[in-house]
Amino acid sequence: MTATPTRPARKLSMKARYSALTRDLDWEPSYVSSEEMFPYTSFEGIKIHDWSKWEDPFRLTVDAYYKYQAEKDKRLYAVLDGFAQSQGHLSLSQASYLNAMKIFLGGVTPLEYQAHRNFAFLSRHFNGPGPRFAALCQSQDEIRHAQTEIHTLSNYNKYYSGMHSFLKQHDRVWYMSVPKSYFDDALSAGPFEFLIAIGFSFEYLLTNLLFVPFMSGASFNGDLPTMTFGFSAQSDESRHMTLGLEAIKFLLEQDEDNVPIVQEWVDKWFWRGYRVAAIVAQMLDYMLPKPVMSWKEAFELYFEKQMLEGLFPDLEYYGIKPPRHVQQAIDEKEALSHFVYWVFYNFSFAANFTTSIPSKEHQAWLAENYPDTFVDYFQKPRWDKAQRIVDNGGRFFFMGLPQLCQVCQIPMTFPEPGDLNTICQRTSDYNGEHFNMCSDGCKWIFDREPEKYVQAWLPVHQIYQGNCGGPTVPDVLAWYGMQEGDGGEIAGSRDEVNWAAWHGTPAAKEA
Amino acid sequence: MNDPATRMVSVDLQENEENRAVIEAIEADNPNVRVRHMPGVVKIEAPGRLVIKRESVEERLGRDWETHEFQMAIITLAGNITEWDDDEIVLAWNARR
Repeated sequence: MTATPTRPARKLSMKARYSALTRDLDWEPSYVSSEEMFPYTSFEGIKIHDWSKWEDPFRLTVDAYYKYQAEKDKRLYAVLDGFAQSQGHLSLSQASYLNAMKIFLGGVTPLEYQAHRNFAFLSRHFNGPGPRFAALCQSQDEIRHAQTEIHTLSNYNKYYSGMHSFLKQHDRVWYMSVPKSYFDDALSAGPFEFLIAIGFSFEYLLTNLLFVPFMSGASFNGDLPTMTFGFSAQSDESRHMTLGLEAIKFLLEQDEDNVPIVQEWVDKWFWRGYRVAAIVAQMLDYMLPKPVMSWKEAFELYFEKQMLEGLFPDLEYYGIKPPRHVQQAIDEKEALSHFVYWVFYNFSFAANFTTSIPSKEHQAWLAENYPDTFVDYFQKPRWDKAQRIVDNGGRFFFMGLPQLCQVCQIPMTFPEPGDLNTICQRTSDYNGEHFNMCSDGCKWIFDREPEKYVQAWLPVHQIYQGNCGGPTVPDVLAWYGMQEGDGGEIAGSRDEVNWAAWHGTPAAKEA
Repeated sequence: MNDPATRMVSVDLQENEENRAVIEAIEADNPNVRVRHMPGVVKIEAPGRLVIKRESVEERLGRDWETHEFQMAIITLAGNITEWDDDEIVLAWNARR
């Protein structure tokens, strides 16, 4: 056994490795037809002539993928351990900061898992090896995100309320139906629509608004683990964004007939995603004890500047216009977060988070960031009034049930375009029944596919139909899996009392 | 506004010790970059085109660095990745094929 000394094999270049390890693993089926092998890629009307034209700018291969993902996880878990060992939760800016994380855990984490499932499906069912491999990586990323988010927040669950039943609550609690129904809408679409819905419209257009300013907020509020998982997840997002952009360009280049189909998907999914982002808007503006960037500023920076001014001029070449109803989103940036947090303030007795009137300093910050709207439309008519009630020993909660939008499932709260004092409401009739929508965007979506949206599981309707544990508030909260201390007002809440005790502040002695 | 040579491309990177060399390399290799610091994040914008060169990063890092490692640094981007090979990563608009 004498080995001839040889020079070590030359390392292949990235391009050659990608080609050998990804594209070369494909084959033409010989004993089934390709229609039988890939049954889901024709019914949506999308025409693909040459799957090999799909490009992956990251040129990822399995070995490189797992090498770097493992490194990302190692770094994250080192931070989680250190934070837990050093009682890091005590160095948060405030206990109430975690309200944002309670919404994140129940509202977003289950979507990561659903994304994992559907990308796994796509990694089997696309005809070309390029998109199949990209979908496989994204599927693995998404389950990593779900797991790391749960693991990160599980440390807080030992000390704070409202995180104990997030999966059950994702399926049941009124406001969770907003992100859940959004994702269900995408999961029940075809593979190409899903790619435009999640890969392009969510990942490319909107995900920055969820992760970047929010994780900066975590960093600013002492939440080291969330900042770390957020940036760790976001490092995958830049790959997902690239996949989303590649997807839309690929579809547009393959056949001109794809253009109007893709345009309608962009129109629909921009608005669907934007409505879900309303929850992020109020987290940024109201839930961070130390705010870092307003929704308005984040929207201008990450959406108007990067997408409308950066990306859409590129897509114009293919005949793609900015999303229908985008102007309404721009007009709403001055008011969006204020309306949504007001709803949460009214209904937090039935939620897994607590709310309060923003402090004087916080209101000053809001007035500074929203000079045209905050004082006249929100502070004077709403917060000053709520403060008077508190000063007289009360706390305003809205004890009725609101009308929900049939499409986005958010209570009717958004304004008429150009008139912040009037609530917008649109209606459509279908098969002799009457349906209500919150905006022109949601009405357009409903009218395009009424047979889909008439099936919506609307939390308020379900309570009235007797499907949510019973007719009273305690019945419904029990069915939601709420426990004492989960919801209500921040002042005097279990988390706040514990926080004061742990920090030895005077409030603890009174409590 | 529609000129791909002036539309801004950008990358947001985690602001930490490891990435300092990457950030410095980008600043050195790209004229007219604008750098904005946010908590935990640094946003680097450039008109039209932005390049990350392996050699420049290695010089500052004092060790080998493969362009795949950029995945550890990046948070988000605006623009098309028009090139990502062993030597450089290029971000630009108007990347028709």
